[in-house]
Amino acid sequence: MDYLYSLYIEFLNKFNLPFHLGDFIAMVSFPLLPFCIVAAALIVIVIFLVLMERKVLAFFTQRKGPNRVGPWGLFQTISDAIKLLCKENITPTGAEKFMFNLAPLLAFVPVMVVWGLIPFSSEFDFMSYSVSALLFVTIASIPILGILLAGYASNNKYSLIGSVRAVAQAISYELPLIFVLLSVVVLSSSLNLKQIVLAQISAYPICGWFIFPAFLGFLIVFICSIAELNRCPFDLPEAESELVSGYNTEYSGMKFAFFFLAEYAMMFIMCAFIATLFLGGFLSPFGFYLSEKLISNEFWSNVFVYFEQVFWIFLKTFFLIYCMMLVRATLPRLKTHQLTGFAWKVLLPLSFLNLLIVCLIKGVA
Amino acid sequence: MTNQESTRMKINIGPQHPSTHGVLRLVLELDGEIIKSCEPIIGYLHRGMEKMAENRTYLQYLPTVDRIDYLGGFFNAYAFCDAVESLAQIEVSERTQYIRVLTMEMNRLSSHLLWLGTFMLDMGATSPLFYTFRDREEILSLFEELTGQRMMYNYYTFGGLRHDVTNVWLEKITDFIKKMPRKIQDYENIITDNPIFVTRTENIGIISKHAALQYSITGPNLRASGIEVDYRKQNPYLVYNELDFDIPSAENGDSFDRYTLRIAEMYECLKIISQCVAWLIENPGEVVSSVKQPLLKVPEGEFISNVEAPRGVCSCYVKSDGTGTPYRAKWRTGSYYAVQILPKLLENSFYPDLMAIFGSLDVILPEVDR
Repeated sequence: MDYLYSLYIEFLNKFNLPFHLGDFIAMVSFPLLPFCIVAAALIVIVIFLVLMERKVLAFFTQRKGPNRVGPWGLFQTISDAIKLLCKENITPTGAEKFMFNLAPLLAFVPVMVVWGLIPFSSEFDFMSYSVSALLFVTIASIPILGILLAGYASNNKYSLIGSVRAVAQAISYELPLIFVLLSVVVLSSSLNLKQIVLAQISAYPICGWFIFPAFLGFLIVFICSIAELNRCPFDLPEAESELVSGYNTEYSGMKFAFFFLAEYAMMFIMCAFIATLFLGGFLSPFGFYLSEKLISNEFWSNVFVYFEQVFWIFLKTFFLIYCMMLVRATLPRLKTHQLTGFAWKVLLPLSFLNLLIVCLIKGVA
Repeated sequence: MTNQESTRMKINIGPQHPSTHGVLRLVLELDGEIIKSCEPIIGYLHRGMEKMAENRTYLQYLPTVDRIDYLGGFFNAYAFCDAVESLAQIEVSERTQYIRVLTMEMNRLSSHLLWLGTFMLDMGATSPLFYTFRDREEILSLFEELTGQRMMYNYYTFGGLRHDVTNVWLEKITDFIKKMPRKIQDYENIITDNPIFVTRTENIGIISKHAALQYSITGPNLRASGIEVDYRKQNPYLVYNELDFDIPSAENGDSFDRYTLRIAEMYECLKIISQCVAWLIENPGEVVSSVKQPLLKVPEGEFISNVEAPRGVCSCYVKSDGTGTPYRAKWRTGSYYAVQILPKLLENSFYPDLMAIFGSLDVILPEVDR
């Protein structure tokens, strides 16, 4: 990040602005820039993800999926978003007005925050703290508050049951997730996500990835993140055959769009998080970067390495997302008590076992 | 109000709800996630099917009976035709009977396919719906080619059929049933062995033998409880006694058994269809009846015809006073009785089980309300 900052000041000083205005602009705008980039990127990714999900599900069920708006249906999500924006903002008469309107924001804003915590490349880690892994888990659990609030404030029984289910689910599935995170911390001796990625560098490509010592942990985190995201087969809070649409039954228009956006954005972020923890994050699977080999100019090859690293983490993330979609297309929904029982009786003990295995491996090595 | 009662929540499922397969309304009393009581409220789709018969001629009434069970129109039409033919003593040629069996079994297959898809959708799995609808689409296309209609066929007439089947059409059916067993096997592979599906349906919504008889449950729901009653075997109508097929049955009467039983029935349907097709190709004949349909006068008397429909026994009672209109018509359909047992099955079960139980009973609402 410091390197980028110096590059940025250098770029601004080229204009020879008076009164050190270049330095001043850099100081003020530099923290804002990543935010703008991150926010814009997230929206674009969500728009693409929704289309991808529909296309992938269509592929599994032998349909064509959206193909009317734009070539290959590319603008379908955009037109859907415009439709949502144009809809009337309805607040039901019986609802708690303030909390009803607060809930979508509570669900959406933390998602934006955790998005900045992911290290996209060795330079593009916009919010790098010594405890960023812990911070990620902490902030990522805030949206559930928004869901609880939505269910409570809607004054709708379906919403209430849906939100209560969501909370029970979140509490159950966060514990194994944190214990697996602990095992990754043991392996990398750091809570900083970038350091966790850098700890996965090894002499041979791929071999250093934490998926190998903590494969069990990887599976647990994958399952837990599906549950955290309320996706099939853990989509009980929105089980449409029982609860119409769950906690967001009463929401429409932009407020619904916020929930929707948060859900898909969180899906991408969770998968990026798993990729960071277990699949070497932004590291190349070949052990070297293609831009190092292809571009002879040292400066440009360095710049392109950063973008190549972004490409690698995106590739890994999309692979995980594809797996999640595959799961959604395959499995039926679980039952409430099966769901919590699975978390407490199966996943939690297994996450202890995973921690034990990892500690033994770390001790031996 | 006691303390325990005050923690209960009354919740309304339907009549407009994504999963009630129509317009059933269930008033549930929930204690947390446990259903304490359930009260089905029906009648949102009542069209007066029985009263309608009393001021229409027999021929005018015939097209409307397809709408009683829109997923099994042939069964209703046959039940009514059978009652009228028996009362008026109209002879039905053997070829007609074979075609009726063929179309009815195809109809049963399409009905079960639709049930499988929607049942899995109720359980939260979306993909099977598209797979089964794809196969059902082929059956409906075949029906469309034969009758000009995809659901409300109006193909049977008193004493015969509107027109004969062609050999080209029969060959298309042969092609279709050749690929079906593999497809059903595919569905079984993704559903039957799925641990989530099995744990969700096993020992859920058990209908005991006693309860099944008490509540007059018929059809696959009855056979899943271990009582092998099938009118096609016990009380053979049409040419069923010349055909070789088995009656699948199960033991426990839970949701899982009702699922496996319907899957087994699909294979039996294919067996019957292939036999009918083979017979029809070899034995051409006349199927259009010489009875003057619009002027049909039925002699005085009453008759009950029973048909083994996909959702249980479908009985049609017709009483004639010797004129051109029925004096009284009464329908008995399987779904109505399946809804009746619902409160008993749902008591003290979990809320997510609601759809695992209700879906497995294969209820459709036009048949309940008529």
